[in-house]
Order: sequence, then C-alpha cells, then structure tokens
Amino acid sequence: MSAEPIRLPFSTLPEDKAALLARLVEGLEPAALYWLSGYTAALAAPSGSALRPVAIPAAPLATAISRLSIIYGSQTGNARRIAERLAAEAEAGGLAVRLVRAGAYPLRELAHERLLLVVISTQGDGDPPDDARGFIEFIAGKRAPRLSELRYGVLALGDSSYPRYCAVGRALDARLEELGAQRVLAHTDADVDIDSVAGPWHARALAAAREALKAPHASATVTPLRPHASVAAHSRERPFAAAVLANQRIVARASERDVRHVELSLEGSGLAYEPGDSLGVWPENPPALVDALLGALSLDGEAAVHHDGRALPLRQWLTREREITRLARPFVAAHAAHAGDVELNRLLAPDRAAALGELLRNRQPIDLLREYPAVWTATELVAALRPLTPRLYSIASSRKVVGDEVHLTVGVVDYEAFGTRHHGAASQFLAAAGDDVRIPVFIEANERFRLPTDATRDVIMIGPGTGVAPFRGFVQERREIGAAGRNWLIFGNRNFHNDFLYQTEWQDALRDGSLHRLDLAFSRDDVMRIPRKSPHIPVRTSQQKIYVQDRLHEHARELYAWLDNGAHLYVCGDATRMAKDVHAALVDIVATHDGRDRDAAESYLSDLIQQGRYARDVY
Amino acid sequence: MSPPLSHLEQIKAASRLLRGTIADGLADPVTGAISEDDNKLLKFHGSYQQDDRDLREERRQQKLEPAYAFMIRARLPGGVVTPAQWLAFDAIAREHANGTLRITTRQTFQWHGVIKHRLKSTIAAINASLVDTIAACGDVNRTVVSSANPVESRAHAAAYAWAVRLSEHLLPKTRAYHEIWLDGEKLPSSGPADQLLPQAGEGKPERPAAAHASLGTEESEPLYGPTYLPRKFKIGLAVPPTNDVDVFAQDLGLIAVLEAGELVGFNVAIGGGMGATHGDPTTYPRLGDVIGFVPPEQLLSVAESVLTTQRDFGNRVERKHARLKYTIDRLGLDGFKAEVERRLGFTLEPARAFHFDHNGDRHGWIEGEDGRWHLTLQIEAGRLADTSGRPWLSGLREIAKIHSGDFRLTCNQNLIVANVAAADRAAIDALVERHALDGYRRGSAIRRHAIACVALPTCGLAMAEAERYLPELLPKIETLLDEHGLADAPILLRLSGCPNGCSRPYLGEIALVGRAPGRYDLRLGADFRGQRLNRPYRENVTETAILEALDPLFARYAAERATDEGFGDFLLRAGVLPVETPRRIPAEVIA
Repeated sequence: MSAEPIRLPFSTLPEDKAALLARLVEGLEPAALYWLSGYTAALAAPSGSALRPVAIPAAPLATAISRLSIIYGSQTGNARRIAERLAAEAEAGGLAVRLVRAGAYPLRELAHERLLLVVISTQGDGDPPDDARGFIEFIAGKRAPRLSELRYGVLALGDSSYPRYCAVGRALDARLEELGAQRVLAHTDADVDIDSVAGPWHARALAAAREALKAPHASATVTPLRPHASVAAHSRERPFAAAVLANQRIVARASERDVRHVELSLEGSGLAYEPGDSLGVWPENPPALVDALLGALSLDGEAAVHHDGRALPLRQWLTREREITRLARPFVAAHAAHAGDVELNRLLAPDRAAALGELLRNRQPIDLLREYPAVWTATELVAALRPLTPRLYSIASSRKVVGDEVHLTVGVVDYEAFGTRHHGAASQFLAAAGDDVRIPVFIEANERFRLPTDATRDVIMIGPGTGVAPFRGFVQERREIGAAGRNWLIFGNRNFHNDFLYQTEWQDALRDGSLHRLDLAFSRDDVMRIPRKSPHIPVRTSQQKIYVQDRLHEHARELYAWLDNGAHLYVCGDATRMAKDVHAALVDIVATHDGRDRDAAESYLSDLIQQGRYARDVY
Repeated sequence: MSPPLSHLEQIKAASRLLRGTIADGLADPVTGAISEDDNKLLKFHGSYQQDDRDLREERRQQKLEPAYAFMIRARLPGGVVTPAQWLAFDAIAREHANGTLRITTRQTFQWHGVIKHRLKSTIAAINASLVDTIAACGDVNRTVVSSANPVESRAHAAAYAWAVRLSEHLLPKTRAYHEIWLDGEKLPSSGPADQLLPQAGEGKPERPAAAHASLGTEESEPLYGPTYLPRKFKIGLAVPPTNDVDVFAQDLGLIAVLEAGELVGFNVAIGGGMGATHGDPTTYPRLGDVIGFVPPEQLLSVAESVLTTQRDFGNRVERKHARLKYTIDRLGLDGFKAEVERRLGFTLEPARAFHFDHNGDRHGWIEGEDGRWHLTLQIEAGRLADTSGRPWLSGLREIAKIHSGDFRLTCNQNLIVANVAAADRAAIDALVERHALDGYRRGSAIRRHAIACVALPTCGLAMAEAERYLPELLPKIETLLDEHGLADAPILLRLSGCPNGCSRPYLGEIALVGRAPGRYDLRLGADFRGQRLNRPYRENVTETAILEALDPLFARYAAERATDEGFGDFLLRAGVLPVETPRRIPAEVIA
C-alpha cells in the first residue's frame, strides 16, 4: 500500500473510533481491506440476510433525507456493475450513498426515501430479475406507500431483440410517478451495449443527485471503502489475457451441436472466483464474418476509421470493437435509411414490434446487408454498429480443485441461415482458440448463485445442456470441502450417447460419493414400445420427449422432501423455456405435496428465492 | 489344497441361474454399459456387450464413456430361416441395430450396435419371430450347426431336424431369460419342444421359440447344474461328402451316415476346437477324434453323456484349459470315451467309413434330388448391409418378399435361397442381379471361399482387422495368383483378428491370425476338407512379408502341382512344410 497517511472519508464514526480505524487499516493489503469491509457490513446486516457490503452502514431513517439510495435488480451482473460504479462515483463526489440489491432492500423503508436511483434489468419476456421480484411486486401492489416526497430516476436494462424490451424498468418508472414520486431524471433504456447509455446516464444522475441533496460535503475527498472495478488488477475494462490450457470437444462426433470444455489459465492475474461466478470473455469476431461484411459493402479493411476519438483500421473496429453477430434496432433503422427500403422502414413502426423482434433475434447485420443492399461508408458503419460487449460464461470449476485455472462449458453457436453459416462471437472465438491465442477475461461475481454456507445443507442442481457448467464447479467444491449435505443433479440434453456432458466425471462422482443422485432427461432418445399386434417390429416412439421438468414431476415426492429438509435449489441454463417450465413444475410439486393452492406454492417458492434457497443463473 | 475356481465360475455360482444383476444394469440410466460380471452372464442370454473401438480414445477425451452397444446372436440351429423371419430380422437390423445382419461362421445371425435401452425390446422382437437367443453364447451348448447341403434333400432335412432337437434338448432350463427379456411371458408357440421330432421331407419343422421355460414349476438345471459347463460347447452335424460345418472343429462332431439316402446314424467325433493363445504352447487348436457310431435313437443320450462328462471333468480353475479338447487330452481319449460309455451304459459301435470332398460351399443354382432348386450366394465376410453399389440387405429383403421356400445360412458365412420351384428361379435371379448379389458368378475361386471373423471395431478380443481387411487383402492375393496363372485355383483363405478362432483359421490352406494392428501370423498347409490343421509359416509379419512369402510358393504350386491337388496338400508333398505331429497338452498342465 502507499505510504501516504490514511485520510478517513466522511463518516459517522466518533473521533476516537475513527482514529482506531485509521490505525487498523494502515498498511493492510487490498485483500485484507476487502475482507474487513465485508466483515463490518455483515455485522451491520440483520442476521440471516445476505446484505451486500454497503458503502456506508445502513443509516438511521433520519438521514434518508440527505442520502442517495441506489437499488439494483440484476440477473447477469450488469445492473449491479452499473449501480456499483454509480455508487462509487457518488461517494467520490462526496454524497452519502446507500447501495443495496433489490432482494435485500427493506421494503418498509421505501416510504422514507427522499432520493432513489434504480438500475434494473428485464429478463426474457418482461420478467424482473429473480431477486427483484419481491421489490417489484411490492411497488406494483396495493401495499405500496404514497411517495410524494420521493425524487427518483430509473435506468432500465434490456435487450431490444425481445418484444418486451426494458418492460420492468419502464413499468417501475411509471408506477413510481403514479405513486406521487417526482422524476428527476428522464427514464432511460439501455440496450445490450449498456455502457454507451450508462456512461452519460451516470453523469446526469450524479448531477441530479447533487442538485437534489445539495450535498454539503461536495468538496471533501473520499476514498471509497468498497472497491470498484478499477481497483482490481483486472476487470471488465482491464481484462486479463488468459492462456488456453485445453480446448476439447465434449460431445460425440455424431452430435448435432459442438460443445467444448475450455480450460484457461488465470496464473498471475490475481483473479479469484467462487463456484457460481461467471467469467466474462471479450471475444474477437469471426474473421470470415468480418471479411463478409467488408466484401458486402466493398470497404477496405485496412483504411483507418476515426470514431470516438480513436483511429483504427476498419478491420480492427469490426473484429474487436463492434458487435457484428447481434443485430440491434438502431442499426436496422440506420440501414433502412441507407437502403431506402420501404419494407424495412415499415418494420420500424410501433405496430410491427413483433416482426422486428423476430428480425433482430434471427438475423445478423450481414444478413440485412445482403437482403437489402445499401451503400455505407466505413465511418458510418462504425458509428452505427453497437460497441462489442463481453459474453458471460458460468464457471465450470472450483479453484480448490483446479487452482489457477478456470474451466468453461461452451456451447458453440454455429448454424445455417439465410444461405450462410452463422457463428456466435465468443463461442466461435473460444472454439477456435489454440495455444497461441490469449483470451481477454474477467470475473463477474454472482452473489446470488452461491453454494449454501452451511455445508450440511443438501443441494438440488437443475442444469440441462451447458447449464450444467456451474454444477461441475459446485460438485468439485463440495467434494473438496467434504460437505456433509447431499448433491442431486438433474441433467438433460438431446441424446444420451452424444450429448451427455461430463458423463465420465459424473460417473466417477457417483462412485466416489461426491454426487448422490443423478437424474437424466434426453429429449431425442427414443422410447421403445413393442406393439401387441406385430410384436416382431418394435416401434420407436419419438413423440414423447423427456425434459428435466418431467424428471422433477417423476421424483416430485423426493424433491419436495429435500426442499422441506432445507435443500438449496439451483437452476442454470436456458431462460426462455427451460427455466419457466422448471418453475411451473416446482409450483405443481409444492402445491401437490404441501396441500397448497398455486398462489401459496408460488409464495413458498418466492420465500425460497428471498432466502437464497432457489437461485437461478439463466440466460 | 485345491486351487480356487476361476472368477467366472464364482460369478456363475452366485448368479441365481444366470440372473445376476442384469435387470438392474439395464435400468441404470447413467451408463450405456452393464457391470463386468453381468456382462459374463449376459453371454448366456445370447448377447455380448461391446464398444466401438474406433471411437474409444476419442470419447475418452470427450469425457464420454466408450460407445457401448450390444451384439445379439440368434440361436438358430441348422441355420434355417423362413422369409417371414427374414423380414423381421431385417427390420430389427435397420430399426434397432447398425443396419446390418451378420451371418456368422456358426450359421446364425448377429445384430451389432444395439444400444442398451433397446436391448430388451430387440431381444423380445427376435423372440416374437419365433427365434430366441438363449445359449447362443456362454458356457453351454451353443447353437447346433448342420450341413446346409442343398442336394441330398432328405438327408438335409433329417440332419437339420436333429440339429434342432439337440439344441432344444440341451437348452438351459433357467427362467431368467424369460424374466429379464420377456417379462416372464411365454410367447406364442405351437407346442412343447419334445413334440418336435425329425420329420421326413423338406421344410422347416414348426419350432416353438423359447418353449423350454416351464413357468410355474420348480426351477432347476437338471442337465447343467448351477454353474453350467466349464466352457463353451459346440455341436455340428455334417452330411458327407461336404464338410461345410467343419465337423472336426466341433466339441461334438456328428457325421451323418446314409444308406440308400436314409439316415442310419452318426459317426461321433469329440474334442475339436479352434481357440489358442499367442505364445502359450499349453493352448492349441485340435481336431476331433472319431470314437464310434451311434444310431439316431441313441443320439441324445450320447450328446448328453459327452456334455456331462465335460461338465464334471472339465477344468474350472483355468479357463484357457477348460474346453473339452483339453479335458480329453488330460484324461486320454480312451479314458474319456470309457467315462462316456459308463454313463451311457453301453459301448459305442465302431465308426463307419466316411469321406469328405471339401469343406466349402457349392455356389450357384443346384437342383436337389426332390426337384427343388437352391441358390448359394457368396456373402463376403457374411455381412449383409447396404453399401455403395452393393445393396445386399435390401436385395435380400426383396427376395424374402417373393420367396416361398426358406433361407439357409452356411458355416462359411454364405447364404442359400433354398427350395425354389424351377418356375420361380428367374424372378430370384433378377433380384440377385439387380442388387449386385451375383458375385458368386464372377468372383475368383479364392474370394468365393474366403471367410473372416468380425474383429474390429466391435469385437473386444480382436488384435488386428479381419472383416474390414478382407476386401483390401483379396485383390492383392488375387493379383499374385493371377500372375502365376492360378486365378481359378480354389484355395481356402481364412482371416482372423485374434487366435481364438471364430473363422476357424487353423483349417485354412492360407490363414492370417491377428497379432497386432497390421500384423499377422501366416499359417499354411491345411487341406480343403477340414481334416488337417495348418501350421505356422511366418510369425507376426506385415502384409508385405505375407505377400512376399506367398509369391514363391504360388510359383512352385503353379509349376509342380498334381491334377486337382490342393495348395495345402501340395505344400506338404513338396516338403515346404514339415509333416506335423499333433500337439497335445504338456504334462505339467495335466498335473
């Protein structure tokens, strides 16, 4: 650490305690400081709650008047990241800030808030993040208080390729107004390229907050207690260049899809992760796709393009800086203007939202360029395409077992459509990565997806397809720490012989007792039936597809018994269908075995979510 | 202190009459395999667990278990199949196996590539076509083979009927088979096995599949006992002058004796067997010894006595010395025969004279003495599949749809479309030609008689390629023969991926026995009648060395052979190979 004298930030500490604290923290390594912050936050937190460390300990109600509250509802970590950065900037600007995740926010305090900024994402078809459900329901419901003294702003995160883009944030924004609150910051939607919107929003939010609080300590220098991204050696903005240790296909040659087990080295990075965390990967776009774009527009890849104060060759913009595997509305709009195409312009009308959504989901920019030819300059193109965003992969390993490595399970996106092959940016980048390639990575913590701290608890892991990834890490971790609780994995995929991810590892885990139960659902495997009439020709029935939720129903009694016994339940994988089907199955199971109606079963599961016993990592 | 019984004996003893934990293993969804011990028991039910060895390493890296799949072998005594059964087998092959039917060197069908969760329904489907699979493998009497002789119609019918009867008589009586595969149900049948008697005339007696299970009665194995036999036991019936079953390679070989076209009994040969282990002189192939003559009415008693003598005296400590041939060499032929006769309560009559011309098949159309026609097709390595330019599986399906006779499989992996009326020949010929099944007309003599075992990728014992190598090797040998003007010389070539001998390589005039990928022992000098073993000529050599070794021998054979003299016979007469004294088990093993 630096040799400079410790200057304590603004605090509510009595002087003698402040002096003690200054002596205590002097010379400590960052890791110790982080630990200390978590320790004191835990002391402040109500017992049993999983309150995140906060910048300043929860203030008494009286201070709400002079304090900015920032609440985030985050599923993949983006909303959290933005909220944390805002909190850090506000602190640095001398404001009193309380940062809290929606699931941990004490709802009764809402009525006393004076200034509230909310960063919240929308999942799938308009759902809130798992642990923001209670918060959203409370505000939307009859019990919500009048908020005539509240000033607020909402940043909504979403993905414009879905029809109900940013619906949760928009509805929240409208509802707060309805409750009498005063909007001090125009409602803002951020698409997948969050930072292009979040940066300017931060500046406006801080200005609005300062104005609202008329902060008396605006000139004080403050060292944020809680580390934010720039403190760590490597972060989203400063990724670590990880060497590839292994890149192995783990589905059989007959499999219809490629799934790869990728092992990366974090040696020397200082990066640490817990099972349940994600690894952020900054991809490079597929070279063939870059060539295709250049070819389609007859542009020179070597020509320098100035944008945003930087000059790079176009090829590099397209390879490392711009999103070219995902289509967004602004690009469609820009291209419609360039192409002067009536049909395309029609799609942008409000009543064609569904059709546009489908276009955005299914096509890449190259498809649009080919379908609706138009002339673009290189500068226009770079300006119209969204900045490249990193992709998050659930980590498939435990550091206790793999040390400085991090393992991923990568489903390679590779399909034929509109006459050409299409690839996903990161999966293609990882799939093609050999020994000579370094992968820019960072850790994206996922506090909502953690093994129980009480290792005697049972865990139920539902992870079809590549959703099985975090559970490989879970089982490794639980084996290594000798957890007494049982581990039950429910895995599904297409075909037993081709797509049983990590089959031999699960078999070993069953043998050595680190996995207690494994149930399988292979949707494309046939079910044999011998017809009575002509028994010499058995019939393969393929209509009857078995999915993980079918296995849940099959073993409903035991599943409920495990839950009733305090088990933690985890779901990882596809958000659009699987997570919903699994949730519906859980509702049925709880309703059936607990003699409740469906609403009561829903609230039983909501309680589990609140307690951190039903966690989802879905995408 | 007596040495402990082999592991397999312990598995059998603990198996509750072949049940083991097979049913549990089938239900385990986490693996496509069953346990190793259960796999040993599964053989008695007619199935082997195998895996695609081509994929083994690749799948290990993919963190996937080996590509396990099961081979299912039918118990098909005499190798006769009705067209309806053919169509059922064909459907099973395409729907549930790897799309092929494999004619074995024991005159039956194998299905390969049946995955575990289809195993039960596939075996049930085979049973529904009135064929079962019990005792097709394992330490029991295996499927009984009989001469496919298409000429002497009455003799064939009699030999075939006895093959069926022997097979039924010597079946295990455990109900495990029905419990595991057929949910304990008895499938439709025409009546109990004992009503099945040899019938005069042509055609296939209606035979109840798996009718041996007497449900609801006390379960026991009166013939075998709870640990069955020490090792496999094979019975073959030959109708001279054709030794197509290789009667001297059988544990119990029966040579039909005909007088005025009527079957009067059988010469009995015991102690044949092919298997050996590389580098272990205590193991060896052995030809059966003829010990006497038995009239038909005493045949079942003789078979039972030979089998039970082996049951009681066979080696249950060391499996590689457990076959009947070693028991006989240990007890001495006379000693063994005396024990058999003691059990019979009478002495065997002296053997009658017999003569074999050859042990191959007679390809093409042949008219039987009853005026029906029989077409013997040459099926390379016995594999019926649809491959590029050779839609054989489809071709035979089309033939089965119009055929009113039956099909006969031969021990040389070939196929007879049997009992065709003269008027129907043209229609069969058209289908044969359309589906490129007419190779028997064009193929070289060596090609027509060549046989090869399955070997890689499915056989767990294979050390080298066999079936997949045959199409590569044949043209090279053909070229060589052609160079010496020997294109028409019928030379018996047998190819085996390991020394265990499924393709009866020790009876080939030229034989390759696998040692390692691309390396074989070259053996020469058998006759073409199945009455003389070949002997090693080059050990552990590559194809180049094999062809180099054969080249000068072909040259001499072309120049010096006598009229109708076979290649093996010539090599001995010319002194290329020493006249060999038969090997017997060394004294230390007997002790």
